[in-house]
Amino acid sequence: MSAETLTLGRAIGRALSDAMDADPAVVLMGEDIGRLGGVFRVTDGLQARFGADRVIDSPLAESAIVGTAVGMAYRGACPVVEIQFDGFVFPAVDQIVAQVARLHYRTHGRVRMPLTIRLPYGGGIGSVEHHGESPEAYFAHTPGLRVVTASSPQEAYSTLRAAIASDDPVVFLEPKARYWTKGDVDVAIVRDIESAQVLTRGRDVTLAAYGSVVQTALEAAAAAVDDGIEIEVIDLRSISPLDLDAVVASVERTGRLVVAHEAPGEASVSSELITSVVERAFASLEAAPERVTGYDTPYPPSALESHYLPGLDRILDAVDRTLGRRSSRTLLRHEPSERARDARPAVLEGSAR
Amino acid sequence: MSIAIPAPRSELIEGLDAPLGVLDPEGSRHPSPVLDDSLADVDESALTDLYVDMSVLRRVDEESFALARQGELALWPPLRGQEAAQIGALRGVRDDDFLFPTYREHPLALLRGADPAEVLSVWKGMALSGWDPFAHRLATTQIIIGAQTLHATGYAMAARRDGGDDIALAFFGDGATSEGDVSEAMVFASSFQAPVVFFCQNNQYAISEPVRVQSETALALRATGFGIPALRVDGNDVLAVLAAVRIAAERARAGGGATFVEAVTYRMGPHTTTDDPGRYRDEAEVAAWAAKDPIERLERHLERIGAPIARIREEARIRCDAIAAQVRAGAAHTTAPDTETMFDDVYVAPTRRLERQRAEHLAFVRSVEGLR
Ligand SMILES: Cc1ncc(C[n+]2csc(CCOP(=O)(O)OP(=O)(O)O)c2C)c(N)n1
Repeated sequence: MSAETLTLGRAIGRALSDAMDADPAVVLMGEDIGRLGGVFRVTDGLQARFGADRVIDSPLAESAIVGTAVGMAYRGACPVVEIQFDGFVFPAVDQIVAQVARLHYRTHGRVRMPLTIRLPYGGGIGSVEHHGESPEAYFAHTPGLRVVTASSPQEAYSTLRAAIASDDPVVFLEPKARYWTKGDVDVAIVRDIESAQVLTRGRDVTLAAYGSVVQTALEAAAAAVDDGIEIEVIDLRSISPLDLDAVVASVERTGRLVVAHEAPGEASVSSELITSVVERAFASLEAAPERVTGYDTPYPPSALESHYLPGLDRILDAVDRTLGRRSSRTLLRHEPSERARDARPAVLEGSAR
Repeated sequence: MSIAIPAPRSELIEGLDAPLGVLDPEGSRHPSPVLDDSLADVDESALTDLYVDMSVLRRVDEESFALARQGELALWPPLRGQEAAQIGALRGVRDDDFLFPTYREHPLALLRGADPAEVLSVWKGMALSGWDPFAHRLATTQIIIGAQTLHATGYAMAARRDGGDDIALAFFGDGATSEGDVSEAMVFASSFQAPVVFFCQNNQYAISEPVRVQSETALALRATGFGIPALRVDGNDVLAVLAAVRIAAERARAGGGATFVEAVTYRMGPHTTTDDPGRYRDEAEVAAWAAKDPIERLERHLERIGAPIARIREEARIRCDAIAAQVRAGAAHTTAPDTETMFDDVYVAPTRRLERQRAEHLAFVRSVEGLR
């Protein structure tokens, strides 16, 4: 084994450079990716190594970055584009959703879009507005796109190599809060971009997460051991399509499901996953599935992001609920205290819950 | 003024060969057939005001930069070097004209009367928006490159429809001119004769990318393709910027539509406090621009015309010290928002779904606190 210790960010850089070595058709494009090496230095040194023709500093135009990559792909290139931050992908959404995603379908399979769209995403780095978004659900909702992410340096390396090798367009979400996380990377490990991975075995609860939340899920699993609870942590890895087989198999073992992600819960990846599990494994469920997500608000100012993000406590609380454990936390949620009841505005009176 | 007449394409632009200016780096004043008419009323006291304004802006920037370095602010995008461009633009429009700034013009809010604590709250991570846009006629800070040019154009379209004589001014950078939004804003401004000023600060870099990555030609030339007249001025010459923006604003107010002003300047510092400009530009270039400092230039000019420079410097120092103290106090007094505010203002009419989340989250917070 040829393992090397790299940060997640460096593992992505390594995947890019190995992919460029392996295939001369691979070209990179994005804002500041050349001389600066990207604002996160992920592409550091690549322009010096591969030249400005293959590592292209683009003008400030996200729609054009993706739209011209479409044309490059028509001409046989394999473009890997970087969108600098999650919040800046929106000018490119038209090209991604209305063009990239459906060209293969529209042309009855004649045109391939082996495009990879790298997108640093997620919060937790104390940044300003538009730098902490989790836009995955917009893409997951679009047929024709694959949406994947990674939770560790090894995963980042292997997943990105697979994404670049894929003839389908892939949105590759980079958990920027984990860019500095170190781990061993074996460049010989290849993987597909469709399967989830069970990270810890456990008999009590299935906890599915992806991207930066996987780390929090593992911490939750470790903390739960003290309470005698075994959590089976699944790293979904592929957000679209979801690896339902893996999740269903796990839920059949544990009978309980908790899903955690940073994006708002409404019409989200957890909405989809829980619905599908209920459809396919209702009989195995011993408790209602729970989810821990960002709230249905815009991403808040960084002073409040610890409240918004699915942290350890909220995840453990959800785990408790699926187990029917009437911890003080659970108690409060299901039987609001006087104070909590008072905090509820009048509009809630008589509502369903 | 030749710029006021819709003309064949080549005549739509002034300053293409060399940016228009009236003050040279030594502070000598030169005649300009295009700009002079608009500077007729600028006397010694007006020059003093511009000098003090620029000094105040620089001091706000210096204090904020230092606060960011000390960890008091999460981030700061410095404006050093761009004081003439920003003050020239601010003073070239009326107080009731509406401005649409980016992150780098954020400190202009202070000159429009916003509270330093409000202004800094954004860079402390305490708020998404710092001031009441309507109180100061200054839109909330824009981070999405170029988006505000559309907002300014729409504001101007609405002002025209209402028969008002106020106008909109959009600030943006050289990099922004590549964004589709900026081109689309110019299409609309041109189609609807919107009373908008497109004010581009060409500070030579978009983070690491030199302006030549965005354009092979002068940025101002782009506007002419949309039928929008353009003025290219020395952005380190506050009088040139003031005159150009006045021309553009008057033209807009008189029903002449949009004008594009390119202020050719330089960002002396890093892009933000997290940036390392040493990776993409050399010291000789920075030094060459330092010699064109906008504040020193006006100071030399004031000296040349025999203004009481010692007294003016003293006046500026007093104002700067006062604002610096306010900025420091503002940073110190900004308090973390209540958790609950996270759920406020998502909708005007709160939804039941969100109110339930608010109640659940507060109950959760209390329960966790109870456990600790
Ligand atoms: C749509 C969008 N894309 C990318 C970014 C990231 N970004 C922030 S500032 C910046 C450079 C902007 O350069 P310019 O327009 O010249 O303005 P300057 O910062 O030099 O004042 C970039 C690429 C962003 N904020 N918005």
